[in-house]
Amino acid sequence: MTTKSIGIIVFPGSNCEYDVASVLEAMGTKTRFIWHGQGDLGDVSGLILPGGFAHGDYLRPGAIARFSPVMSSVREFAKSGRSVLGICNGFQVLTEAGLLPGALQKNAHLKFLCKEVELEVASAKSSATSLTEIGQRLRLPINHFEGNYTCDPGTLGELESNNQVVLRYVDNPNGSMNSIAGVCSIERNVVGMMPHPERACDDLLGSVDGLQIFKSFISNL
Amino acid sequence: MSLHRSLGLTDSEYEMIVGILGRSPNHLELAMYSVMWSEHCSYKSSRVHLGRLPSKGENVLVGPGENAGVIDIGDGIAVAIRMESHNHPSAIEPYQGAATGVGGILRDIFTMGARPIALFDSLRMGPFEDAKNRWIFSGVVSGISGYGNAVGVPTVGGEIVFDKSFSSNPLVNVAAIGILPKDRLVLAKASGVGNLAVLLGSSTGRDGIGGVSVLASSGFDDSSAEKRPSVQVGDPYEEKRLIEACLELLDMKVVVGIQDLGGAGISCATSETAANAGMGMDVYISEIPVREADMEPFEIMTSESQERMLAIVSPASLEQVLAVAKKWEISASVVGVVTDPVVLPSGKSVGILRVYDKPNGELLAEVPAASLADEAPKYRREMSEPPDLQARRSLEAGFQADKSNLENDLKSMLFDPSWIFSQYDHQLFLNTVVKPGQDATLLKAAGPGVGYTGKGIGASADGNSRWCAVDPKGGAAMVVAESALNVALVGAEPACLVDCLNFGNPEHPVVMWQLSEAIDGIALACQALGIPVVGGNVSFYNEVNGADIDPAPVVTTLGVVQTLIRRPPGIGFVKPASLVLVGNTQRNLAGSRWAYQLKNDNSGSLPKLDLEAHRSLLRAMVNLVWNSEEYVVSALHDVSDGGLALALVEMILAGELGVEISKGAISDHVDLFSESPSRVLVATGKPEAVVGHVSGQGLSARVIGEVTGSRLYIPGLVNLSIDELRKTVKENAITRVGS
Repeated sequence: MTTKSIGIIVFPGSNCEYDVASVLEAMGTKTRFIWHGQGDLGDVSGLILPGGFAHGDYLRPGAIARFSPVMSSVREFAKSGRSVLGICNGFQVLTEAGLLPGALQKNAHLKFLCKEVELEVASAKSSATSLTEIGQRLRLPINHFEGNYTCDPGTLGELESNNQVVLRYVDNPNGSMNSIAGVCSIERNVVGMMPHPERACDDLLGSVDGLQIFKSFISNL
Repeated sequence: MSLHRSLGLTDSEYEMIVGILGRSPNHLELAMYSVMWSEHCSYKSSRVHLGRLPSKGENVLVGPGENAGVIDIGDGIAVAIRMESHNHPSAIEPYQGAATGVGGILRDIFTMGARPIALFDSLRMGPFEDAKNRWIFSGVVSGISGYGNAVGVPTVGGEIVFDKSFSSNPLVNVAAIGILPKDRLVLAKASGVGNLAVLLGSSTGRDGIGGVSVLASSGFDDSSAEKRPSVQVGDPYEEKRLIEACLELLDMKVVVGIQDLGGAGISCATSETAANAGMGMDVYISEIPVREADMEPFEIMTSESQERMLAIVSPASLEQVLAVAKKWEISASVVGVVTDPVVLPSGKSVGILRVYDKPNGELLAEVPAASLADEAPKYRREMSEPPDLQARRSLEAGFQADKSNLENDLKSMLFDPSWIFSQYDHQLFLNTVVKPGQDATLLKAAGPGVGYTGKGIGASADGNSRWCAVDPKGGAAMVVAESALNVALVGAEPACLVDCLNFGNPEHPVVMWQLSEAIDGIALACQALGIPVVGGNVSFYNEVNGADIDPAPVVTTLGVVQTLIRRPPGIGFVKPASLVLVGNTQRNLAGSRWAYQLKNDNSGSLPKLDLEAHRSLLRAMVNLVWNSEEYVVSALHDVSDGGLALALVEMILAGELGVEISKGAISDHVDLFSESPSRVLVATGKPEAVVGHVSGQGLSARVIGEVTGSRLYIPGLVNLSIDELRKTVKENAITRVGS
């Protein structure tokens, strides 16, 4: 268990990579930064795509990052059934890359939004929520301009009937369909979420609810 | 008009240049002098006064004059801090003006080898009932949000003030804090003959040409919109890669010196780095990557295109430098070389900045580097008191004002700054222990590459143009005192400050008097409180159609917590307690928001500030914060803007409980709204112990009421429910007025 490590994909413009790494290291898990330009992931057991502004969010968030050389390796990694978690910009990249359904559009009120929100676990069957319980409340910060989850009605119906929605906002802050804050792939190993669990892992900062997400993720490596 | 005048140089300045060169300058040389000798770059009107600020301290590693001030906080860790104004660009083009203000200040920080970890924004805006002010305000906030969030540096604090003095001339002051291992500290020096000047980052365009001389060195009138092309355009993604590349280069120790390109562009960076090392430099125009065809040498040398850095590199390290630049996808070009100084017949050795069209090409300009960087004229401009000063002082403030509807007066002061802060990433790097919206921000002193050693940094940006309009000296001292108190209330001991001195037209004698007085006030307070001034910036020409703004010195105070092990109490009333007021409320409304802003009354003399007692208060408060369990302290808040009335509302809205003030403890409008300094409200379960603790420091304190219920109840004066207060805040939101 202790030998397993998590790869953190770093694009130019990523900015939460150090934060995610410091939380995981404090939990006793090894981490390694993987530069977007390399195809070789090494022997990591899980992957995290952290928050930030990959390639400056030019065109739209994730639109250029999906073409980074590392992404074909990420796709294969996900296909093999191993755990992949996209946080915020990482979620946006995963949807652009087609690894998760839907898209993240601009917040309904057209403003950037940085605040703590309350979330409800909608499914505990995913690589990032497996140690939580349905209905459990978590307080996590959000920090995004494009966090308004959207998809076509057919996809929404499938997401709901397959229980692919893993987290919902209790008080929808950004206009997301069905208050969706996080979803997983049909195989449940790839998870994307707009809230930042790494920002809620320290009593000194006010909340430790984010640990639930990382503990779940680590348990599925 | 002659060329030098159209570039903003006076006839006597032109004669000085002729004297320095021993000949007439050519167009390019004149353009370089005009930007380097601009008010913005040379501080020519303020320099003779700035020397009075105390800048020494045991903890000071780098004081004023460098890109940023740096202090030692122990355990091998240093903190860099810098504050700057971007008022003029923000007035003309709010989004880009504010955005490039953020970009510029960050470069000042990582130039020192520090990782930028925090931004603060102190904003002064005209009333937002006016559509233009609203356009400026929301553009400025969007610019800070758009640039700061994407560049990956959290904006963790600041202030917002609406005042008619800033209609059409907003003040956008930005402060940045960086952290570094002490041994990574670098200075902007171009030493070593034969070393190469490598330009990193963006290409050079026509944006921002003459920004410092055209835009920031004159006031506003109805034609100001024509100056929009002088505003630079920012690219946070370029800056983000530039930060990472430069910090990587500094970690590898492959650069000799490094300097950012801000005001005055390449002219500034090359002349300053050379002058700092006593060396010369040859610069080749052909090697500077440009964005547009057919740019003239003078445009290239003075452009303020953003996101550029100049690194001084030994030829042996060049390959490594280019490799790092390639990894981060930033451009890197060798644009010059460090040269030996020339020895004059007088025996004096002088570094010469030479500009060539290409290597071994035609010489286009040849000037002593130091003459551009350090030898601008210094002016001792005429000063005079405002003609109405004595008359104003002889009156009592607020004496004749309408006192009939104090509840409405209070309601008009309410504004929820979370509308602003929620648009800024204020949590990146996992340092933010106390978030924006409290007295000060409290951060863990850590950052990528600088591990957490258990220390904390408290910081607060503060200004008050009303106090300074009544009395610039007393007002500036009160600003420093308040800022230091804010920092103490999150448990940090004030360790240094930086200032941003925003004033009107320096050619107006009253403005120069205001500046001189304000500097004396800051100096007085800093001396008495033991806080060195480690950097600053002066912004003149804040005037609209000839009317100067109220004097607005703004400071950012930085404090240190040696052992940060838990969260300090906040400002909100979170549980039932007794309410203790530390300090005395003086019977004085001079400069108060109530008298000055609501009642248009600028008379009176400011309340007295006892700096010695204030220093004791700072000590007592830091002590109270870290012993809050023993003293059962559940909330602390300083009393300042809006007096006791507004402080109480802020404490109620930040928590869940109301307050009942004892009969007679707050007896009239003076008690409600006086902005007497050195006061703190403390909610405690052990009022006698708290009173005893502060009395032991020679300070006065007494119980004035109870934290309870769901109303703000001040017998005979105010009786408002929490719901009513919340509703008012919503009604006063900018979104209700339209955005």
